[in-house]
Amino acid sequence: MASTPPTLLEPVVTGAARPAAPKPVRRRRTALVGWSFILPNFVGFAALTLIPIVATLGLAFMQWNSYSTPEWVGLDNFRRLWASETFWMALRNTAYYAVGHIPLTLVAALGFAVLLNRKLRGIGIFRTALFFPYITSLVAVAVVWNMLFSPDAGPVNQFLHAIGVSETPGWTTSTTWAMPAVIITSVWRDLGYYMVLYLAGLQTIPGELYEAAEVDGAGPWARFWHITVPSLRPTTFFVLIMLTISSFKVFDLVQVMTEGGPGRSTLVLSQLIYREGVREGRFGYSSAVALVLFVIVLLVTVVQFRVQQRGEK
Amino acid sequence: MSEQAPGRPASAVRQIFLYALLTVISLAVLVPFGWMLVSSVKLDAQVFTVPIQWIPQEFHWDNFTRIWSRVPLAKYLMNSLILSVTITALQVLTGSFAAYGFAKVRFPGRDALFLAYLATIAVPWQAYMVPQYIMMERLGLVDTRMSLILLQAFGAFGVFLMRQYYLTIPDELSEAARIDGLSEYGIWARVILPLSKPALASLALLTFVNTWNDYMGPFIYLTSNDLWTVQIGLRAFVGVFDAEYAMIMTGSVISVLPILVIFLLGQRYFVRGIATSGLK
Repeated sequence: MASTPPTLLEPVVTGAARPAAPKPVRRRRTALVGWSFILPNFVGFAALTLIPIVATLGLAFMQWNSYSTPEWVGLDNFRRLWASETFWMALRNTAYYAVGHIPLTLVAALGFAVLLNRKLRGIGIFRTALFFPYITSLVAVAVVWNMLFSPDAGPVNQFLHAIGVSETPGWTTSTTWAMPAVIITSVWRDLGYYMVLYLAGLQTIPGELYEAAEVDGAGPWARFWHITVPSLRPTTFFVLIMLTISSFKVFDLVQVMTEGGPGRSTLVLSQLIYREGVREGRFGYSSAVALVLFVIVLLVTVVQFRVQQRGEK
Repeated sequence: MSEQAPGRPASAVRQIFLYALLTVISLAVLVPFGWMLVSSVKLDAQVFTVPIQWIPQEFHWDNFTRIWSRVPLAKYLMNSLILSVTITALQVLTGSFAAYGFAKVRFPGRDALFLAYLATIAVPWQAYMVPQYIMMERLGLVDTRMSLILLQAFGAFGVFLMRQYYLTIPDELSEAARIDGLSEYGIWARVILPLSKPALASLALLTFVNTWNDYMGPFIYLTSNDLWTVQIGLRAFVGVFDAEYAMIMTGSVISVLPILVIFLLGQRYFVRGIATSGLK
């Protein structure tokens, strides 16, 4: 298997040099064969992913609910969004989650990867331990953490008491502390996944770089900042994009832990889309929310792409 | 940071310190599971005690026998299994088949098509779930297993993962088989597939676990209790009997066990799959 993790963002590799151009008939045959391989997957993919994506673009500009016929209303949905307090609340909460989740997960994943990237007997056990939360059922995870965060006799608050915190937070029962509780749980759950990505990245850094730096008298800290961090730039870029996308579409964890509450204190955009689109049947309006979500993810990704490119020059 | 340059043995003290640090970190990360396990064999009243009882006074193993009559957990487990196996099989089959087209057959428009696949991976599902839902509703598929199977079996992810792997298989192999008179389908089945077992295992395991753990899909599409997966069933149980702490933890343990077993058996494939694709 390739030692460098090829990512989504690398250019499409076209393979080795091709033989001299084949005859038209053969070419048509090859095209047919090629398509026949792709078709079984493509039919499902086109019908259930491509078409719905395009449909969202159109629906966002229509007035349509379960019982009426679709009607073009231009920017009406977006005007309603703009005026909707719930929308802004959900947008703010989603941004809050992202701002907490992205840097914390990134730093934790990088830190643990650096710590675990060494040849040591039994190191695999530690990697497994840190990776395990990521593949456990989310419901079980959310349910356990809800209990751990229980305000009165929950283990988290007992621990805080033990280290001398007298005013312990109400966590998921408090409008201020519910989101931090969700963020802590999400960082704990996701760090193992990004750690694996970082471990793969670390393995591509040639050991000679470190040896040379050591000869030059660079300490561990300097080696980390001047060799590890710059060499990991492509991995970090990829991790950042994945984290951004996953943060903005967060749903499961919030839905199971807090259902968006208390009040609307943890309501996020994807819950709003679900509530408006699926539960209330306001297809047009919910598509407008979905479009906003998509545009935000796209913009953040493009900005990160630009920053990455500038850094490479 | 491979700090230990080759040939320079780390001092024993340093190594002991490192092991201690790693042990503390790993235990800290695993604490929630420990607490879950301990609570699952307690009485409700013993779950939240000050201080925490890390070793229960008495072990109520009967929680694990009583739960099957309290919650139709067997049915939920079965439903999860049906969905996960079907979706995994379809995803692996259509994914690896399409990947051959993208990696080994050259035809006009191929790379543009592949870009379309790639682009959709970056689009959050939430952005297009409403049109999907409308389609499923019109087709009368809401509240059927078929809806979830259709939605999740043809993902771009499988195509992407398998293609990345096929690209590492030298073209000379398929060229040689072509000269020997094998058709493209024969090359896929007899040359490429046998060589890509590790990638197939990665894809199968990742898809299985993702489907097993999925909450949002079943939450939106499956409304009748008879179709509920473990995740939905467990969540519903928590919603109704929120004070039966011990039983909730028992159910959680049972829902995690299959994943634990699969994970321990196929661990290296998970890690490789993620490192190859950089995606889940």
